[in-house]
Amino acid sequence: MKTAFFALLLTVSTLFPGCAREPNDRTADGRTIIEYWEKWTGFEGEAMQAVVDAFNASQDRIFVKKLTVSEVDQKLMLAAAGGNPPDLAGLWSYSVPDFAEKGALIPISGLLAEKGITREQYIPVFWDLCEHRGFMWAIPTTPSTVALHFNKRLFREAGLDPKRPPRSLAELDEMAEKLTIVEVTRSGTSKSVRFAELTKEERDTKDFSIIQLGHAPQEPGWWIQMWGFWFGSDLWDGEQTITANSSENVRALRWIESQVNKYGLENLRSLGASFGNFSSPQNPFLSERVAMVLQGVWMHNFIDKYAPHLEWAAAPFPSEDGEQMPNVTIAECDILVLPKGCPHVNEAFEFMCFVASQEGMELLNMGQKKFSPLAETSKEFVRDHPNPYIEQFINLARSPNVKTVPRLAFWLEYRDEMQVAADHMLSLTASPESAANHVQDRVQWKCGRVMRRWDLTRKERLQEWSEYDAR
Amino acid sequence: MTRGERQKLFLGLAFISPWIVGFLMFTLYPVVASMFYSFCDYDVLTRPVWIGTLNYSDMFTDSVFWKSLYNTLFFAVIALPLGLITSLLVAVLLNQPVKGRSLFRAIFFLPSLIPVVATSMIWLWILNGNFGLLNHGLKCLGINHPPQWLADPSWTKPSLILMSVWGVGNSIVIYLAALQDVPRSLYESADLDGATAWKKLRYITLPMISPVIYFNLIMGIIGSLQVFAQAYIMLGGGGPNRSALFYAVYLYQNAFEYRQMGYACAMAWVLFLVILFLTWVATKSTRRLIYYAGE
Repeated sequence: MKTAFFALLLTVSTLFPGCAREPNDRTADGRTIIEYWEKWTGFEGEAMQAVVDAFNASQDRIFVKKLTVSEVDQKLMLAAAGGNPPDLAGLWSYSVPDFAEKGALIPISGLLAEKGITREQYIPVFWDLCEHRGFMWAIPTTPSTVALHFNKRLFREAGLDPKRPPRSLAELDEMAEKLTIVEVTRSGTSKSVRFAELTKEERDTKDFSIIQLGHAPQEPGWWIQMWGFWFGSDLWDGEQTITANSSENVRALRWIESQVNKYGLENLRSLGASFGNFSSPQNPFLSERVAMVLQGVWMHNFIDKYAPHLEWAAAPFPSEDGEQMPNVTIAECDILVLPKGCPHVNEAFEFMCFVASQEGMELLNMGQKKFSPLAETSKEFVRDHPNPYIEQFINLARSPNVKTVPRLAFWLEYRDEMQVAADHMLSLTASPESAANHVQDRVQWKCGRVMRRWDLTRKERLQEWSEYDAR
Repeated sequence: MTRGERQKLFLGLAFISPWIVGFLMFTLYPVVASMFYSFCDYDVLTRPVWIGTLNYSDMFTDSVFWKSLYNTLFFAVIALPLGLITSLLVAVLLNQPVKGRSLFRAIFFLPSLIPVVATSMIWLWILNGNFGLLNHGLKCLGINHPPQWLADPSWTKPSLILMSVWGVGNSIVIYLAALQDVPRSLYESADLDGATAWKKLRYITLPMISPVIYFNLIMGIIGSLQVFAQAYIMLGGGGPNRSALFYAVYLYQNAFEYRQMGYACAMAWVLFLVILFLTWVATKSTRRLIYYAGE
């Protein structure tokens, strides 16, 4: 019987150790340990670790233990569902609506007000990204905006002025043609010529191969689902209707399609297949095979690492109507959240406040080579910043035409559907109208389901959040 | 039952309790729970809300669901027979008394031992439209415009089918074991009767290993309808135009990316029914073709 008892004990003990919360949440010197899950690795992880170390050094009450977690959003969701979340986690701003509506986060409006942290202290767009349904759910940490990055040397070689980037999409098209070099067979011999110099017949037959490309929306294509922003689209009406098939979005899809029609489907595919990984010297912009790309503030880090001699500059990505709609950009940020059920709310929030301070923000964002989401930054921060165009990115964040992803709980699905619409344009398998209508039907149906569920739970949720905030 | 027998029973149960507890907690409970959740609007975090058969009826109007089912069946219909025939042919060849046979066997089994992520990364390069080994070979053969395997929607599924043949090592090993069980006396008799190699394969080898072919067929049906890892690693959300969005990938997206666990559970049950039906059809249609010694 004794043996049987031990066998049973062994079974139980092998099954349950993972379920237990670590009983000891104190350091040897009696400080409360805050468990913090973050997604960053490499120099970005080191920058956050420096902030954590600075905080820990300033404390005799709290000790933050940072843990690098991959796919942090999925793991956090499951940990919160299992009732065993960390005290603090780093997510993305687009996660806020989904996580908040599903009750995975603690609202922090009350805590922020108590500490006197207000919207006025931030660049507004980043504060707003952390707000949903009238409550604050996070604080911004590392922000980003996107801009046109262009190769000044290739501009000069094409006879373009590197100090004069394109100001409208029509100009971008025109410059791209001059920057594109193709190999074409003329009188039996192979010749390299600029696309702009091709004959009408050569353009029509598309019997050439691309050696160097001016610009293509699919390189890197990370924001191709939101291309409508540069045509004045907003993707939804802010209430219960999405606007995937608005005339602006259809025009954006048509523009993407026009690029493929111009340079040739197979020619672009063949060129795309020859590009190396983004984070490598074979990155097409870094290896000078694509002259202009839409990229974020982080691009400088990769230029610095893989192509330090690249002559580049950054400028606002031009919109359809450059005069009426200047400085269009997409703003996003990484955020810090308190998961529902986190054991040490006040201590974790104290660390959040430290990160949100000017000192914390500048330490973190200088380390990650981004800019601070705070409205005020020290002179030294901009002066000493390694990215020569950092002010450009800050100004874009303050632009009246700054755009964000729709604050919808089903944004990821919406994004995937828009990606499919863009794929149709890139492979010429559907018309812009039918692709946009398909997204509209499918996502609006989804929107209806989510909104119905929200209507059913709205009262209960708002009351729960208000009560939490009041505490 | 005497006291001693009861004690023995208890002892036995105690020793297999890790399996029993594991089975109850990690297999039976999730299966039953998934059935319940398939009738709910459930996102893991909030309380499931009973919605009847809405998830199932939604599925019939969900064009992406049908596309994923089509992609999966397309893959299965080609990859399964291709895998079965290739592995059988390789196994028959590896069963021949040739020099270095063990080495060849090891070489053919080796790909099955390589982790799926590593295999996928290698294939990403092999299938690269410009620098890939495959297209380089095709160009050497005079095909000037070989396909952009992973960028062209019409070539993504064929690429993954091609890759699936790479992993037939396990089936080869099973076939080899079966081939070695075929009594030599049958071949000797056939030799005396002047049978050709093809006739020996057709009338001796295939009937004698038919139970193993059947086993590989059933496992193949199950495996090919659940194809996930390579497609997910190499083509993420389903590749261009969702041309390689397989059923299991769409199920995963719904469960863990879109957090529609209820819908994903319903999809899992539909997949179960599809596999059950196809297995039943395979069993029925092959019953007379399988030879079990002693029956």
